[in-house]
Amino acid sequence: MEIIISNSSDKPIYEQICMQVKNLIMNGTLSAGEALPSMRVLAKDLHISVITVQRAYEDLTRDGFIETVSGKGSFVAAQNKEFIQEEQLRVAEELLQKVAEIGRAHGISYEQMTNILKLFYEE
Amino acid sequence: MEKNNILVRDLCKQFDEFLLDHVSFQVPKGRIVGFIGENGAGKSTTINLILDELKKDNGQIQIFGREHTSSSVKEDIGIVFDECNFHDVFNVSDIEKILSGVYKSWDSSLYRQYLKKFKIPERKQIGSFSKGMKMKLSIICAMAHKPKLLILDEATTGLDPVVRDEMLDLFLEFIQDEECSIFFSSHITSDIQKIADYVILIHQGKIIFEEQKDDLVYHFGIVKCGREKFASISPNDYIIHRITNVSVECLVRDKEAIKRKYKDIVVDNATLEDIMLFYIKGGAA
Repeated sequence: MEIIISNSSDKPIYEQICMQVKNLIMNGTLSAGEALPSMRVLAKDLHISVITVQRAYEDLTRDGFIETVSGKGSFVAAQNKEFIQEEQLRVAEELLQKVAEIGRAHGISYEQMTNILKLFYEE
Repeated sequence: MEKNNILVRDLCKQFDEFLLDHVSFQVPKGRIVGFIGENGAGKSTTINLILDELKKDNGQIQIFGREHTSSSVKEDIGIVFDECNFHDVFNVSDIEKILSGVYKSWDSSLYRQYLKKFKIPERKQIGSFSKGMKMKLSIICAMAHKPKLLILDEATTGLDPVVRDEMLDLFLEFIQDEECSIFFSSHITSDIQKIADYVILIHQGKIIFEEQKDDLVYHFGIVKCGREKFASISPNDYIIHRITNVSVECLVRDKEAIKRKYKDIVVDNATLEDIMLFYIKGGAA
């Protein structure tokens, strides 16, 4: 499992781990049932504190991406990728609706908005 | 089941001009706890009391859930001080002969394995070792009798960055066993910022805070603004402020909340060192 931590990023390290594991699961690099490194091993490999990794794993468990079996470790949860994507799409739709409202109300052009979105995607 | 390897409650010790004042904290199993403070704040006194090298005046110290007095507890503690206490004429084999007699659980193969890993010369006299090498040897010796608790007093101070990094690796290796924990004092906060789970700040014999490191690093912040702007900030929103010739700086507990409440304000991330300096120096610039 490849995890890259940036110390100069504004995002807390546990959030970075959480995002990257989610990404690895969604793009199929990690498949259902696969074991994740134990929290202590990952902390050692990344040279960070155990609680930081623990927090990332807790968030991943809460969001249904991994399951933790006590005494055995953490595993990628069997989940329906399409279902997760659909759910997230709905969240995005709501946010985009707000964006459209702000744009219309203040005379910001559609092109300007899509440029911003494009920029964020490429970031 | 006991969840702490060290539990200290209301620990007091009076010296002529120094008082360790109702110190309380804990070191949970499987965790690394960093103990920070300036020189003379009471770090070594606290550690010496925990190790029973000093007699406490008052309070409670539990190690592995027991009020300790017995030597059987010491078998399970690995200790490293900031100086190497081995005699100059010895080599690593002499050290092993002595320590394997002291500790029942001395693990010779583990000792050899660590010596190899950290490239400690086997035949040279310790007197000819560099400071970093001596310190590595001290830490290896503390770990070779397989303790459950490692206590380090300024052990990484004075080591170069490469060796300090190797040490951090060794510490994280040590807590792969969830029963083990590390309590380490330092005034080099960057090491603690990297690997500690909890941070305790002591100042003038009193515990100032005991917090999860991530909460400190990700939530605390430093507001920087002019005097005029500062007047508009409610005193409830910051912990300490200091006024310099060019600006006002305040330490805040929740930087995101501050950013939301006050517009056009600079809020910087706070390192452990920044936080420590704010608490210790207080309002003084």
